[in-house]
Amino acid sequence: MAITLSILEQGLIYAVLALGVYITYKILDFPDLTVDSSFPLGAAVSAILITKGLNAYLCLIVSFLAGAAAGLTTGIIHVKFKVRDLLSGIITMTMLYSINLHIAGKANLPIFNSENIFSISPLKDYLGGFNTLFIIFLVVLAAKLVLDWYLKTKSGYLLRAVGDNPTLVTSLSKDNGTVKIIGLVIANALVSLSGAVMCQQQRFFEISMGTGAIVIGLASVIIGINLFKTASFLKPTTAVILGSVVYKACVAIAISFGLSATDMKLITGALFLAVLILGNLGKGKKSNA
Amino acid sequence: MLELRNIKKIFNQNTVNETTVFDNFNLSVKKGDFVSVIGSNGSGKTTMLNIICGSLPIEGGEIIIGDRNLTGQKEYKRYKNIGRVYQNPSLGTCPSMTLLENMSLADNKGKIYGLGRGTDKKRINYYKQLLSRLNLGLEDKLYVKVGLLSGGQRQAVALLMSTMTPIDFLILDEHTAALDPKTAEVIMQLTRELVIEKKITAIMVTHNLKYAVEYGNRLIMMCDGKAIIDKSGKEKEEISVDDILDTFNKISIEKGN
Ligand SMILES: Nc1ncnc2c1ncn2[C@@H]1O[C@H](COP(=O)(O)OP(=O)(O)OP(=O)(O)O)[C@@H](O)[C@H]1O
Ligand SMILES: [Mg+2]
Repeated sequence: MAITLSILEQGLIYAVLALGVYITYKILDFPDLTVDSSFPLGAAVSAILITKGLNAYLCLIVSFLAGAAAGLTTGIIHVKFKVRDLLSGIITMTMLYSINLHIAGKANLPIFNSENIFSISPLKDYLGGFNTLFIIFLVVLAAKLVLDWYLKTKSGYLLRAVGDNPTLVTSLSKDNGTVKIIGLVIANALVSLSGAVMCQQQRFFEISMGTGAIVIGLASVIIGINLFKTASFLKPTTAVILGSVVYKACVAIAISFGLSATDMKLITGALFLAVLILGNLGKGKKSNA
Repeated sequence: MLELRNIKKIFNQNTVNETTVFDNFNLSVKKGDFVSVIGSNGSGKTTMLNIICGSLPIEGGEIIIGDRNLTGQKEYKRYKNIGRVYQNPSLGTCPSMTLLENMSLADNKGKIYGLGRGTDKKRINYYKQLLSRLNLGLEDKLYVKVGLLSGGQRQAVALLMSTMTPIDFLILDEHTAALDPKTAEVIMQLTRELVIEKKITAIMVTHNLKYAVEYGNRLIMMCDGKAIIDKSGKEKEEISVDDILDTFNKISIEKGN
């Protein structure tokens, strides 16, 4: 039971990150490595502000905005200075590492003794052990609904068009670059929000918590989209959220078979590879039919 | 209306692959003109359109539309008054979005793409009516992803999308090349109607000599970056497909093939 709860909690926290990666990877077709640093950025911002006594929910908002700024940086490097997409993300990621350290003040910042979004929840007494899961669920739901809404707006239409056919966006007399920047801003804001929730749930910030975040995000997106491809009644955002939970479950199962936490990244990578290979096998079958 | 002055276009300048497509190219198009452009493969037709729209930088010369000098202006800004259908059918529409979403996107051109609803439900009937003019049954496929339509269907939709909002200029690059003969005929008729209805100035590149002769009030034949035939008004009306074929043959002989 405790394990299931923990899988759901972790899976749903990473689902917010996966929604961000869905925007860059699936919609914008932009391999954005900023993620590895914008995730701990959200955590650092939340952790330090919580120790300073700011309301934990307000911390989430500040983390969200900090992530937006990180996305904006990558966007400007790519669009205005014409640096390749992959490199733009790497540059921001690298610089953010130091900035994250500056924000938190040290590589490891525990917040065990401070209030957080779970401890100050008004429903805490009613929900008991499910309190944490419930709050996380609300955050994911809010992120999903806002993203769904946004993708149906005119601005959202343009965002979907730019990854698909940039020429069309130009023909509509809109600057591709601006649209891409908007996408990166929203994506990294979500990733940073995810990091903020993660740090409040585990009650500490740690500089390396973002290492491999992009892989977790990508794996979740790819699992979600492939696994629920045939379930056309599911919105892609829902599929991505489910993908994240499934992925977390796979990792947990691998660990329960005796792999130690030291092997975490090994499992993460191997699972991601497995997902990609299985995805390709599926494709192969179809084209042969 | 449109003027290209002393245009110079060199691809891969200062490399072994250097290709000069235009050297001192001049073209002037009057408001309301419907210009058909023909010419062999590689004669520079698409390059000329790319230069007008700013999709390619130029090495010299000026581009003027109305009283505005467009030289150096960003491509996306130029499209404010220009509609364009590309030679490649996949460039005019967005494959992962539905037909309705594509139409809605195009319908909003020139306005702000803000946080309002992407699709205005009140416009759906109007979109259906527009699509029915294509005679392809697309009015019943509003909720189908455009990527699932055929190349020809997409090209037809691209024509509608490019002319949906007020524009001064319409650029068509072999927009019927991917269509079957009957649909091509329908699309050509529609092109003519749209150009007249909306009082648009149009440049249409085509390899179909019949269309070049039949449509438009001016005909230009390009060869090696020059307009070797340029007929308008009465002269254009008198020109026949055979006259053009003669010229094509003459060029081939001169070039030794
Ligand atoms: N991006 C490019 N880089 C280098 N050379 C190019 C490029 N685009 C066009 N060219 C060259 O410019 C010349 C004109 O090409 P263009 O595409 O304008 O021909 P076209 O008249 O449109 O031909 P078609 O009828 O085949 O469409 C060709 O010799 C081509 O090789
Ligand atoms: Mg061409």
